[in-house]
Amino acid sequence: MSAITRDDVAHVAMLARISLSEDELDRLAGQLDQIVDWVGQVNQVAAADVPPMSHPLPLTNVTRPDEVRPALTAEQALAGAPEAEQQRFAVPRILDED
Amino acid sequence: MTETTTPAAGEELTRLTAAAMADRLTAGELTSEQLVHAHLDRIERLNPVLNAYLRVDAEGALATAREVDAARAGGEQLPRLAGVPVAVKDIACTEGLVTTAGSRMLAAWVPPYDATVVRRLREARMPILGKTNMDEFAMGSSTEHSAFGPTRNPWDLDRIPGGSGGGSSAAVAAYLAPLAIGSDTGGSIRQPAAVTGTVGAKPTYGGVSRYGVIALASSLDQIGPCARTVTDAALLHEVIGGHDPMDSTSIDAPVPPVLEAAGTRDLTGLRVGIVSELTGEGYQPDVQARFDEAVAQLREAGAEVVEVSCPHFRYALPAYYLILPSEASSNLARYDAMRYGLRVHPEGVDRPSAEQVMAASRDAGFGDEVKRRIILGTYALSAGYYEAYYGQAQKVRTLIARDFEAAFEQVDVLISPTAPTTAFRIGDKAEDPMAMYRNDIATIPANLAGVPGLSVPAGIAGDGLPVGVQLLAPATSDERMYAVGAALEARLAAQWGGSGSVLDRAPDVSALVDAFATTASSADREVTA
Amino acid sequence: MTTTSTGTPARVVDFDDAVARFDPVMGLEVHVELSTATKMFCGCATTFGADPNTQVCPVCLGLPGALPVVNEGAVESAVRIGLALNCRIADWCRFARKNYFYPDMPKNFQTSQYDEPIAFDGYLDVEIPGAGDSGEPPEVFRVEIERAHMEEDTGKSTHVGTSGRIHGADYSLVDYNRAGIPLIEIVTKPITGAGERAPEVARAYVGALRDLLRALGVSDVRMEQGSLRCDANLSLRPRDDAAQQSVPFGTRTETKNVNSLRSVERAVRYEICRHAAVLDAGQAVVQETRHWHEDTGITTAGRPKSDADDYRYFPEPDLVPVSPSAEWVEGLRATLPEPPAQRRRRLQQDWGYSDLEMRDVVNAGAVEVIEDTVAAGATPAGARKWWTGELARRANAEGREVTDFGVTPAHVAELDGMVGEGRLNDSMARQVLEGVLAGEGTPTEVADARGLRMVRDDSALEEAVDAAIAASPDVADKVRGGKVQAAGALIGQVMKQMKGQADAARARELILERLSPPE
Repeated sequence: MSAITRDDVAHVAMLARISLSEDELDRLAGQLDQIVDWVGQVNQVAAADVPPMSHPLPLTNVTRPDEVRPALTAEQALAGAPEAEQQRFAVPRILDED
Repeated sequence: MTETTTPAAGEELTRLTAAAMADRLTAGELTSEQLVHAHLDRIERLNPVLNAYLRVDAEGALATAREVDAARAGGEQLPRLAGVPVAVKDIACTEGLVTTAGSRMLAAWVPPYDATVVRRLREARMPILGKTNMDEFAMGSSTEHSAFGPTRNPWDLDRIPGGSGGGSSAAVAAYLAPLAIGSDTGGSIRQPAAVTGTVGAKPTYGGVSRYGVIALASSLDQIGPCARTVTDAALLHEVIGGHDPMDSTSIDAPVPPVLEAAGTRDLTGLRVGIVSELTGEGYQPDVQARFDEAVAQLREAGAEVVEVSCPHFRYALPAYYLILPSEASSNLARYDAMRYGLRVHPEGVDRPSAEQVMAASRDAGFGDEVKRRIILGTYALSAGYYEAYYGQAQKVRTLIARDFEAAFEQVDVLISPTAPTTAFRIGDKAEDPMAMYRNDIATIPANLAGVPGLSVPAGIAGDGLPVGVQLLAPATSDERMYAVGAALEARLAAQWGGSGSVLDRAPDVSALVDAFATTASSADREVTA
Repeated sequence: MTTTSTGTPARVVDFDDAVARFDPVMGLEVHVELSTATKMFCGCATTFGADPNTQVCPVCLGLPGALPVVNEGAVESAVRIGLALNCRIADWCRFARKNYFYPDMPKNFQTSQYDEPIAFDGYLDVEIPGAGDSGEPPEVFRVEIERAHMEEDTGKSTHVGTSGRIHGADYSLVDYNRAGIPLIEIVTKPITGAGERAPEVARAYVGALRDLLRALGVSDVRMEQGSLRCDANLSLRPRDDAAQQSVPFGTRTETKNVNSLRSVERAVRYEICRHAAVLDAGQAVVQETRHWHEDTGITTAGRPKSDADDYRYFPEPDLVPVSPSAEWVEGLRATLPEPPAQRRRRLQQDWGYSDLEMRDVVNAGAVEVIEDTVAAGATPAGARKWWTGELARRANAEGREVTDFGVTPAHVAELDGMVGEGRLNDSMARQVLEGVLAGEGTPTEVADARGLRMVRDDSALEEAVDAAIAASPDVADKVRGGKVQAAGALIGQVMKQMKGQADAARARELILERLSPPE
């Protein structure tokens, strides 16, 4: 298993929306290289026929009835907002629509 | 009976078990207000050094206490633990009370809602003393990764109290609370219990609602009790356990009869399995010695002890350090400075975009360990790597669950040391994340498989620090680990004498704190986390 | 959002020329907002137009600690949609997280289905008008459905700044009321073989889907409110009539948020013409998102597809799998409405419409509204006349629906009744309809206010008839001589004198009475 490079870390940091400083990039690249190499041990296990386990318990069909429950008030919803205006969350300009 | 208590009498009150507090409240020998005051006094004296609590809610706790006292005086029938104070790990949302998850990102965030576990404490009418310190977003085994400074171990102020729930374990061990709520994703209740000489239980996955508990890794997280005795843990477990329609992964069945099980003394006919992969090499010799003695006690209590092998446990750590960061990278994506939390504008950027503000805020708001794991998890899920990392880890997880199934066909409970070593020194592993990760080697398999685990004190190592042993039971059979834990606790108590608590042999934390405070002015005692 | 087009229009090739040389391949993705009472994963209400951030809770705001729980009503709607689209229903499926950062998405991941949709492998037969204008029977075109899956909607941003557009905005304001509303995404397999009729097929498919969803009662399907949204993928490949199916697909573009039936047709048509021009110039089509501009009728480039689109899907650990039982699914199958095509045939027969008339009704999107109008008491002929006349012309010209102008089935039934009773003649009825369209009230109110009423008093009419005969003795003689059709000129004079407020049929009767040839 190929290990993680500094460029990989920079790319992944972009995906994860963390603007790492150059120092952080250097440090993390070194640590993650080791860690990725270590966690890569999972590939030593022959598990081709083994189903992946995404839930610890075999539950299915947990749903709720389609009934309205009390909402927060707009004041509660916006109480933690860094900025709010016109009862909406104010956010910096958005670069592009998806 | 008076509302004011002498300091010495207050100290005495804090030493009671939660069960004894409840009994004396019921008998009218004590008021909740006295109890809360006694704890608040002690917190005021010791917390500035221990840093077990991030926030103390004296007003709220006293208000609840007075309501309970009035209700009791009015002859109202109250829940068993009504009036017994409790501390809550700062990972559970408390309406109107700042909840940080140990992160700078949420340093000033006030939740508009209560976690289900908090609501249940309120319904049980337990005064909430405050919010306890933790590794940021529960990532760590030492509480050194808290954005608000490390918590100190009451046994030795230079040592870690375990993590991520070191605040809760230290609070309980230092008699700053009789009970506390913890969360356990890879050992964050059990390992702190072990290194502070307390009891901590991770229930079966889904046994306690996760609603309102800030998520680390959704498929691994579980909420549980921290206490000083097995019975106390069981009492709190029964308060917080049970089905919650707000958590899709909550088990829709009655809480296992853990309190009843905590009365067990005789283990005749019970089969206990020593997990051969979780002993021996890598374990501190006197940790291993205390473990062997505990096993001998179980034999004397009538248990049949055999060794069982769980061959895939050796891959548990790598699998865990793929699954946890992957889920965490997604769970922590919401901290983006748009709706709540820290917002930082990047330096030297005119009219920054939302994207730039997000990235700058996440760099400033998250600590190193959190960033490390987010990057690792994002990488493990990204195109081209998913199958080799996340996908393969989930397969290994299946194999680990199968190892448990096979083991539980042979035995009723499994046993291992809870942590490979006693509490290490603050700062010792700060620069070596992998060494920190290896601390969770014995606790992680239970989270991967969703089975319950309990850590109980097993004595003291040569370094004068406590050691814990871990009992593991099949999913939804939590009562089995409580039964074995209680029997072990009773036998060790008889052997140790006194109150029977290993905490009796801890140094006087008040003296340690006083000594620390007088020398703390020198910079060399300052610890870098 | 974006209402003004940017950049210079791309070069395009004439449509007929483009489809003569290239074979269009389409893929249509339709997002339908379900009309459940609550959101996909929480109990917040879904009412359209509520005050901002009043239908939000910890779950749909993505607050720390909040957890989702699946709305069983949404699962039921999803299964019914799947069944109505002739899909197979998964016996076990999961939700996944689609991870990407965007301020209108509270968790910065969308909880969606990924490789395990609840419904898959279906089809929808759509009718496109027969070729030519002579009322040939419609052609049936089968659109294969790849999948229908459940997901959640995002919040809504308003961009604040000088331009009011996303580019150049100073900041944005976000309302999360829409965040978490249940969406079903319905994705077709590549639609091939439509040739020059591809734009019509696209429109007919979205229209048929809309009718089906409306009949199922699972969504408001209001394209102008965004409760039904279409993204159109298009690529061209060289035409090869001998072995068209073996020619590989070209590079596709995805045109987003094409929000009326007419726009679906226009956008596909435009992209065909634009792709052809790019290919003719020897260039490669860029795989990208494109934005449709309703006003100018063109698309402009959006974000190119890139490695930033790494959504890191993984199974949603906060939700457990959905496993619909066979009994439940069969029970839901029994609740399905009559398929729209079958229903249309039945209604055509009941109403006595010709194929051509029915085609106009279907094209006007007026089947349901005529059904409601007939139910309200109108004659089928009257209902058709009004809905496919002025209202359909307006709807078509403005790219809206016939029901968008404030005229209701009850209004039309009332109007039709007034004509049937002889209270209004045709031209008066048109004036009344204008009044209703102008918001002057119900047909009766408009007629009263405008003083529109046919004169029933024969004495005034008889006077006018006598006057007309006296004024045109030569015409009268012709009628007397047996040229009955010459009476038309006299009727015209009578109506003129009566200022239009007379029953022309009665006038004719009176004229013929007076001028009847001697026995």
